[in-house]
Amino acid sequence: MSLAKITQVKALALAVPGDDIDTDRIIPARFLRCVTFDGLGEHAFRDERTGPDGKERPHPMNSAQAARIAAAKQGVMVVGFNFGCGSSREHAPQSLWRYGFTAFVGGSFAEIFFGNSTTLGVPCLTLSKEDLAECDAFVRANPDVEVTVDVAQLTVSAGAKTWKASIAASARDGLVNGKWDPIADLLEGADSVAKTAGGLAYVAGK
Amino acid sequence: MAKTLFQKVWEAHTVRKLPNGQTQLFIGTHLIHEVTSPQAFGMLRDLGLKVKYPQRTFATVDHIVPTNELKEPYSDPIAQEMIEALRKNTKDYGIRFFDTTTGTQGIVHMVGPEQGITQPGTTIACGDSHTATHGAFGAIAFGIGTTQVRDVLATQTLALSPLKVRRIEVNGKLAPGVYAKDVILHIIRVLGVNGGIGYAYEYAGTTFDGFSLEERMTVCNMSIEGGARCGYVNPDQKTFDYIKGKPYAPKAADWDAAVARWASFASDAGCQYDDVKVFKAEDIRPTVTWGITPGQAVFIDEKMPALETLNAADRQTAEDAYAHMKLAPDTPIKGTKVDVCFLGSCTNGRISDLREVAKYLKGRKVSPSVKAIVVPGSQLTAIQAVHEGLDKIYIEAGFEWRGAGCSMCLAMNPDKLVGDQLCASSSNRNFKGRQGSQTGRTVLMSPLMVAAAAITGQVTDAREVFKV
Repeated sequence: MSLAKITQVKALALAVPGDDIDTDRIIPARFLRCVTFDGLGEHAFRDERTGPDGKERPHPMNSAQAARIAAAKQGVMVVGFNFGCGSSREHAPQSLWRYGFTAFVGGSFAEIFFGNSTTLGVPCLTLSKEDLAECDAFVRANPDVEVTVDVAQLTVSAGAKTWKASIAASARDGLVNGKWDPIADLLEGADSVAKTAGGLAYVAGK
Repeated sequence: MAKTLFQKVWEAHTVRKLPNGQTQLFIGTHLIHEVTSPQAFGMLRDLGLKVKYPQRTFATVDHIVPTNELKEPYSDPIAQEMIEALRKNTKDYGIRFFDTTTGTQGIVHMVGPEQGITQPGTTIACGDSHTATHGAFGAIAFGIGTTQVRDVLATQTLALSPLKVRRIEVNGKLAPGVYAKDVILHIIRVLGVNGGIGYAYEYAGTTFDGFSLEERMTVCNMSIEGGARCGYVNPDQKTFDYIKGKPYAPKAADWDAAVARWASFASDAGCQYDDVKVFKAEDIRPTVTWGITPGQAVFIDEKMPALETLNAADRQTAEDAYAHMKLAPDTPIKGTKVDVCFLGSCTNGRISDLREVAKYLKGRKVSPSVKAIVVPGSQLTAIQAVHEGLDKIYIEAGFEWRGAGCSMCLAMNPDKLVGDQLCASSSNRNFKGRQGSQTGRTVLMSPLMVAAAAITGQVTDAREVFKV
């Protein structure tokens, strides 16, 4: 299985502010009533974007900038801290990815969300609190300027600004080497798997 | 060298080091349900892969099952489609399915322990963030995404990096009317909803020693609400006694060896932790949430926080929370009007929860302004409760007695809040829209506090209502 080497994402960016944005908010549970991930993109942040009266609410995802990202099928979402907390639903990164977001930049990410995103080939880079505030402000003030999320160099840059970024070394390694989906590696270890399994009594029901 | 349980289990299940530095970890027990597995089976088919160890995956249906209709086809065609997809997938691949017709169906985190599938010293993964529940038995159990469900089906392994371990010690005896639920809500309130990122939580201390397995499950269940993907309690005699005789428990000839093995996984005296936090049981009072994250909580007799007492980041989330909850800062939460009461979920839908509430509910009546439902987490729990006559106590009091499932914890079935109804809930998440209405409001609390809210129509102190 050959995968693209994801060293850099260069795209327009959208700031979605707030800490502790949970995956129920990213994709409400009623959209999990499905047996495929198809069509999830249009429902990303559905209840934040649309009020109970069916009218649009003020939300970054309702902006012209978001529409440009959806059309381009690539974009950077700049978020706060603990983004993607709560439910393990892969539907959350799937919906944002299918909408058009191909990288996330934030203060911190909930672990399961982080893993689910990386496995889709969507990097999640973190910035320091101060740098994130600066990046967020820049993105809002300069919607036409592309943001470069450099996974190889561990930087996020836009215009004349460059911020030092970080990501778990294993995730970086997987992305830049085109091994962000681990299935090929996991399948290769079949003999070692059998050996480990053989040493575990409960696997044999004992 | 002295080791933690986490380290021992990790080492026993390590297959090899992967090129990116992660560990290929063997997952001894895989649990699946209807919501996060169909896409994984689809990926498996697309890649032409088989299920490697079908006997180590166990399935049940919980999220979408209606709790008030037994007959199929369900009135919701999507629910029907999802349950049938799981039936087909488990049949095609030879996976044991605890279906609705078997009397053993239930919330996946209840079925594992009830069947004796959940055992100490094992690794357990499930496409559900509340998988940490199984940590109560001294297992390393955690939630995974759907692509990872595919990985486990195809290889029985995952690519993971080890977690740090934070020991959370709670010592002493809880006051009457204070429960395991209050303990975990308090821990999350103090350590924060993101305090556990990167950690496994080891819960210990004399309070946990005294807890039943079901109380330990309540605490471990909500580890993820504190940001910790995994939480566990070291196995002890109570753990072994709980497992003994369950359908998947080791049989007579293997039992003693299994117990010795299980005991050997407990953290060694003198092992090193990456962090230690200590709490006193006496400091914990009945706790309720007031906001839109499980960390936004107060003791029932406290006021909700004034905005000026919060730091900038917390203040922004709090302002959002107060607006959504239609509550005012610096006022008591006690006395807030309640519309719906939900007793159930993988946090608090077990037989001990139902028994404890029933003890106090006898002879009391649900307020006419309240809709109250009780949803046993599993069919076995429901059967046991009926056997003990608990259903009659609830029905007599004015609760609706329902069938097993996740129900109003996340409202993927017909059990939903309507409009901005406020729900006193024994579940685990108070996120915006979590209970099925975009403007619905959730106040998390212990089961007995839910019962007190049902009777009085208000968020109130169960200790006063029931003279605990």
